[in-house]
Amino acid sequence: MPCATFRANRAEDEYPLMKIGLFIPCYIDAFYPDAGIATLELLEKLGQDVEYPLDQTCCGQPMGNSGCNSDAAAAEALFVRNFAKYDKIVMPSGSCTHHVRDNFDAIPQTDEVRHVRENTYELVEFLHDILKVDAFPWAEFNHTVGLHNSCGTLRALRTASMSELGEKPFSKPMDLLSKVKGISFATPKRPDECCGFGGTFSVTEEAVSARMGVDKVRDHHQAGAEYIVSADSSCIMHQQGCAERAGVPIRFIHIAQILNGASQ
Amino acid sequence: MSDKPVNHARAAEHFIEDAPHLQFHDERLWDMRQKRDAQMHILPEWQELREEASRIKEHTLSRLPEYLEQFETNAKKNGIHVHWARDGAEHNRIVGEILKAHNARNLIKSKSMVTEECDMRPYLAKQGVTVTETDLGERIQQLDDQLPSHIVVPAVHKLTADVAKIFAKDYHTDPDIRDPHLLAEAQRQAARPVILHADAGMTGGNFVVAETGTFVVCTNEGNADLSATVPNLHIATIGIERLVPRMADMGVFIRLLSRSALGSPITQYTTHFRGPQKGGEMHVVLVDNGRSARLGMEDFWTSLKCIRCGACMNTCPVYRRSGGLSYGAVYSGPIGAIIDPTFNERKYSTLPYASTLNGSCTNVCPVKINIHEQLYKWRRVLVQHHEMPFVKREIMHMAGKLMGQPKMYRAAIKATEVSLSTMPRFVLYNWLNPWGKHRENPHPVKQTFNDWYRKNRETAKPAAAAPETKK
Repeated sequence: MPCATFRANRAEDEYPLMKIGLFIPCYIDAFYPDAGIATLELLEKLGQDVEYPLDQTCCGQPMGNSGCNSDAAAAEALFVRNFAKYDKIVMPSGSCTHHVRDNFDAIPQTDEVRHVRENTYELVEFLHDILKVDAFPWAEFNHTVGLHNSCGTLRALRTASMSELGEKPFSKPMDLLSKVKGISFATPKRPDECCGFGGTFSVTEEAVSARMGVDKVRDHHQAGAEYIVSADSSCIMHQQGCAERAGVPIRFIHIAQILNGASQ
Repeated sequence: MSDKPVNHARAAEHFIEDAPHLQFHDERLWDMRQKRDAQMHILPEWQELREEASRIKEHTLSRLPEYLEQFETNAKKNGIHVHWARDGAEHNRIVGEILKAHNARNLIKSKSMVTEECDMRPYLAKQGVTVTETDLGERIQQLDDQLPSHIVVPAVHKLTADVAKIFAKDYHTDPDIRDPHLLAEAQRQAARPVILHADAGMTGGNFVVAETGTFVVCTNEGNADLSATVPNLHIATIGIERLVPRMADMGVFIRLLSRSALGSPITQYTTHFRGPQKGGEMHVVLVDNGRSARLGMEDFWTSLKCIRCGACMNTCPVYRRSGGLSYGAVYSGPIGAIIDPTFNERKYSTLPYASTLNGSCTNVCPVKINIHEQLYKWRRVLVQHHEMPFVKREIMHMAGKLMGQPKMYRAAIKATEVSLSTMPRFVLYNWLNPWGKHRENPHPVKQTFNDWYRKNRETAKPAAAAPETKK
């Protein structure tokens, strides 16, 4: 495997080495396995010791976000059983990270639970803040991309500056993507506008959700993006469905895939 | 009042079907959000102002009884009559009695959300009082017999053609007028005689200052000033949460209010009412109507900080695409979704779900109300109080169970993949599948990540969990 060379000659010396538990959210597992594979391979290329506990299911977010918090207990308990033994828990999903970090309280808050909650990272933050990756020498992406920051990453994890606050502009995903050869960026008119996925909102408020999704993908397309890239596959799943139905010719890719060296 | 839960989703679907209205509504409100951003960028101290405004409001709310009494004492010294209304009915009765005592039959009023809360107009109509709204948008809504759809721009969901139609019916103007100036002139011509011959005027109040016993009304049309000063009798209806302790605090709020609302530095008219005009009478009716109870709600009391700027509505992508009327409540948009359930938990139980929890509302709020976190918390409360539809509750219950059982969960994923790749389109896309109404389903994959990992990594990692039997 190509990762072996990087593991040997590069990453171990440069990046802190931790035992990492990989969480792959249900919709990535079922519909976007390539995003999961890219996440794993990328972390391996960076010399990390990664394990994927096979008995994982869900972080509890769908139940929590619906207000059915007590129904999140089984998923949360299983999550802790799976991940308590790791130094860090990494997942290619902003909204799941947000749930674990900020709302994961359907079960008693033991030391184990606190350990899990305090050491769970979304992939971009992990690469940017913990590993502080400065190069992706294997990555080249000769396309124009529009970056979609999910609301979870943007306003809960704060991986980028938020237009409402007038902060000094910063963007962790953009910092990482800028290190990829050949890539160029298109900026939509409403970069921070929610795409309308919203978990069960996408079904209970189907009309508004789909309309927001179509508006979102058109905004990116009109800005000249060939791809919409995001750290959240749930937003991608929704936007892709909207784009395909409305006939908006734009493609979708998870940020892990570009950083891992996907060419298209 | 009917307790049937508001069907926001269906009303929104209806709103979206009308493309010209939808597009105008979305773009007009987004434009207000952008103008607000531009004002924010001019003021480097914007975030400090928000923090200060939030602090002042929280302080005031934590000592509300003291400040209310201070206001009452000082207002009386200024010659203002102060009334206390526990709820909407009491408010209406008080206003009705004041009008009766003056034999007032014609009341002109400027915009006031509290009077909408109290449902005052029908009450006064029964007493033979003619109420005329003087705010242009509010008047349009009154003529069309609709609630305001936005707390600052009440008729923002209407196009010029809609207004022309309404005016044609009531003012006998040309229904084909498309020039907003002509329509505004029609309203002016219709309103002026009513204003000049009114027996009483009513306003709301944006801020009440405890130390001076005065109150402040902010408008852009000057109609509040006409309403308050042309007749000799001025009644102001104000919610008890509108207090600030000192006149000096006004500097913070006035700088935030119109910038957040419309993206203008200040409202055209910012009037401080200090007492009755010569020979006239001034009454302030302080309305509770559930506010004291809300103040006691640990997770939701900070919603009382709201200064009614509407910024949360302008930025809300759901509100912009569903229209204020879809909320079926006096207060719409994100702020409505967190305060409406305090008026009627069952009826408004759907509103905290009319949100993606994206959090933009919280970021634009000039008094830093954590709106999207309160939406999240309301969902928990509503489920605890059994206000979630049975089917959805059961689905969540089953999903929660499934997520705790990895083997059953794996089987369910497999079944989903199989059905996505084998079912014909007409089976996958029907009324049972709201996802697929305006969206394609996700594509089935050859193998899940879990399958891939078992094949490609599992053997190399003896430390991993014990393998399950493969399908």
